Amino acid sequence: MEFMKNGKRIDDRLPNELRPVKFEVGVLERADGSCYVEHGRNKVIAAVYGPRAVHPRHLQEANRAIIRYRYNMASFSVEERKRPGPDRRSIEISKVSREAIDPVIIKEFYPRSTIDIFVEILQADAGTRSAGINAASVALADAGVPMRGLISSCAVGKVDDTVVLDLVKEEDNYGQADMPIAMDVRTGEVTLLQMDGHLTLEEFEQALELAKTGCARIAEMQREALIQKYRGEENE
Amino acid sequence: MRKKEKVDKTIVVPGDLLSDDAAKAAEGTYTENGKVYSLIYGLADEREKIRVIPLSGKYLPTIGDVVIGMVSDISFSNWKVNINSPYEALMHISEYPRRIESSEMAKIMRVGDLAIFKVIDVDQSMKIELAPREGQLRVLRSGRVVDVSYTKVPRVIGRAGSMVSLLKDKLDVNIFVGKNGRIWINGKAADEELAVKAIKRIEQEAHTSGLTDRITKFLEEEKHGIYEER
Repeated sequence: MEFMKNGKRIDDRLPNELRPVKFEVGVLERADGSCYVEHGRNKVIAAVYGPRAVHPRHLQEANRAIIRYRYNMASFSVEERKRPGPDRRSIEISKVSREAIDPVIIKEFYPRSTIDIFVEILQADAGTRSAGINAASVALADAGVPMRGLISSCAVGKVDDTVVLDLVKEEDNYGQADMPIAMDVRTGEVTLLQMDGHLTLEEFEQALELAKTGCARIAEMQREALIQKYRGEENE
Repeated sequence: MRKKEKVDKTIVVPGDLLSDDAAKAAEGTYTENGKVYSLIYGLADEREKIRVIPLSGKYLPTIGDVVIGMVSDISFSNWKVNINSPYEALMHISEYPRRIESSEMAKIMRVGDLAIFKVIDVDQSMKIELAPREGQLRVLRSGRVVDVSYTKVPRVIGRAGSMVSLLKDKLDVNIFVGKNGRIWINGKAADEELAVKAIKRIEQEAHTSGLTDRITKFLEEEKHGIYEER
């Protein structure tokens, strides 16, 4: 498969270009915080509940809140119907996503409680864990959870020996490498880094830098979306 | 990059830089390397100190708060009370003004009853103890209670109580606002209903300016039965 033509990718983007991204804050009435994200053809919704009492009780911690994160793909989110329910992949993504977000949350404010994050993938087109983390981070802010910063995430990869930002499904499936990262853009702290495929050390370093620029742009959009929630109402 | 908008307070998100002077840090902020950053999503209030007023979140009690709670369970010597917080609160039998037996507890407050309490202790693990306010237990037997986010309570009260006074003035109701965002309204059914509507509107528009004027107009229009579709 040929991915690069005249310096452009299969969907006409440049190697360092993100897909169009849209954030919408506070879309769910019942959740304490929520966010809907469209990232290219990905459609993701995140809901946050809490801090609230922990059930089952033995999971609670005496001096801090616990964070629970559930990543779930809708059966209709992919081309071939996905068998509903958690599988090996979604359990892993839930774990790494929780660990990507956990470091910025001030858990000591809420002993004996839980903050529950639910991420539902409505439509998938590569980069759903990143989109989920971006949505979850905004939903947490919307819920009023104290955090040191917002976590932003995007993927980088390699197709036709070129390092590219934010892969689409074809690039992910048939490309040479895929590497999602998540970070707090202000401090530069990377909280998630996974890689599938092969990169040389030079390519890895180039990819990491590219991913950081992508995360910085995502961070701006997350911030803008949160501010827009209240400013929008003001301009009625 | 960080544009300051001309709303009366700046909307900030977690991690926004607020100041280079660590001495100015107040609630809703944290300091790192001598700089002040926002800890929450809210409105930055920059007078002498910089604090961030939350726009959402869960109520956490502090000692001295007066709240409206609902009895959720009765144990041997405590009433368990839901105070619209992640934590259950307790009122011990000995806090009741006169000495009573365990078996009499349900006569005073049953599960589901609402009452006005004062928070007398909150410890490290968020164990919350309540007592009746001003030594007299006030169980709410009439009227209705509405829940708003605790972050909107200052707006419902208004500057020096102006919003509550306005509601009491225009409508024939008694209003009590708990720190936890529970509001008790007691009066004639029609007035109670209108008060609930007005409070919901205050909650929705809490972050806008000129709210008192709009609520005044709203109450007058509603009272004269004029409905204007916006």
